Amino acid sequence: MVKDELKVGWSKIQLASRVAQDLEDGWFVNLGIGIPTLVADVIPEGREIILHSENGLLGLGPKPAPGEEDMDLVNAGKEPITLKPGGSFFSQSDSFAMIRGGHLDAAVLGAFQVSMYGDLASWKVPNDPLGRVGGAMDLTVGAKRVFLCMQHCTKKGESKIVEECTYPLTAPRCVDRIYTDLAVIDVTNDGLVVQELAPGVTFKYLQERTAAPLKDLADQLVKGESIQH
Amino acid sequence: MIQKKFENIAKAVADIHDGATLLVGGFGGSGLPSHLIAALVEQGAKNLTVVSNNIGAVSDGVAALISNNQVKKIICSFPVGPHADDLIARLQNGAIELEISPQGTLAERIRAGGSGIPAFYTPTAAHTELGAGKETRVFNGRLHVLEYAITGDYAFIKGHRADRWGNLVYNKTQRNFNPVMATAARITIAEVDEIVEVGELDPENIATQSVYVHRLVKLVTLREEEVLANG
Repeated sequence: MVKDELKVGWSKIQLASRVAQDLEDGWFVNLGIGIPTLVADVIPEGREIILHSENGLLGLGPKPAPGEEDMDLVNAGKEPITLKPGGSFFSQSDSFAMIRGGHLDAAVLGAFQVSMYGDLASWKVPNDPLGRVGGAMDLTVGAKRVFLCMQHCTKKGESKIVEECTYPLTAPRCVDRIYTDLAVIDVTNDGLVVQELAPGVTFKYLQERTAAPLKDLADQLVKGESIQH
Repeated sequence: MIQKKFENIAKAVADIHDGATLLVGGFGGSGLPSHLIAALVEQGAKNLTVVSNNIGAVSDGVAALISNNQVKKIICSFPVGPHADDLIARLQNGAIELEISPQGTLAERIRAGGSGIPAFYTPTAAHTELGAGKETRVFNGRLHVLEYAITGDYAFIKGHRADRWGNLVYNKTQRNFNPVMATAARITIAEVDEIVEVGELDPENIATQSVYVHRLVKLVTLREEEVLANG
């Protein structure tokens, strides 16, 4: 893979904001650990999005002010958070009934790898005796939409978007849309379609850093091909 | 008169036998019955099978039992954290067996155990390493895996307030695995901040009903400790 010389693309908080733009008023959304957690802080003004935390909370609010932390009020990353008016607490069984039962409009998750078919690997690196599955497998089979929010490449510069995952799968064929620091990419029946490029990123630049074939939305539209999920 | 309160936490865990299966509530440090765990470290029962969501997130959780060589098997969803080193060492030398269960599947296995359901199908983990080798069946065109219920000999639960009968209310996200685990053990032991008289808890707020709770231990607050120490 090509090593980045120039700083292009979105910062982590810009990436979180880009994801937040696509969350619709009235949606129930679960945010995974890592960059997805930042989405909670950048929900567009005036939009009511109810955040779900799988440890048993609906109506997650922003981080508390320093000194106001309550270790009985935490998110799935075990960090102190706040509860919005209208929020509620419930047990793990209820929390995963919401998840598995298809009641959440979207899950925003991190990833180690995602394939061009939407297979997700996010819980274990090969040969790790442990693995950290948490709620990831339930979220990927249960949420109505699975959005990934991640760096495009690993710290070593390897593409996280691949033809076939080599890491253990979280779930096959589950990802709908991939948000990275470089682009917004849809997983469609016709393959990976680039919806939007981050500032300073060209299609060629993106393809060079992506280990799976990409299609340009503009080309698709010119050719008049229909793009279906 | 019903009296589930144990004045002495050591007595509340005294009969836990070697080889027992123990359900431990909590999500990281939140809602973790850490005083009961400390009492069991002291008590010393061995070859335990411990079911708990997080292992190694905090030092006073199940990690303390592992470090004290009391555990032969762990069933959890997230065996990762700053205090997981002793678990990793014991996995490597074969002293501990680890079964990873997806979090929702873990919760449902315990719910099933407490509800008299021996097994169930779930789409979670189908086509993955965690579903490999399990019985499968297709429902509505989708592959599901068969998961078996979990029950415990004992459950350790953390609640906020209890009444004398053992009804429990929780504080915020401290609830997590506690209500479901309370249903699935032969003996459920709850550590709580306060025990009030029957009738004082709002019946609309009781999240764990007294039928599930067998023993109560009231935690001594720092202020009460001071009073005790100073006579």
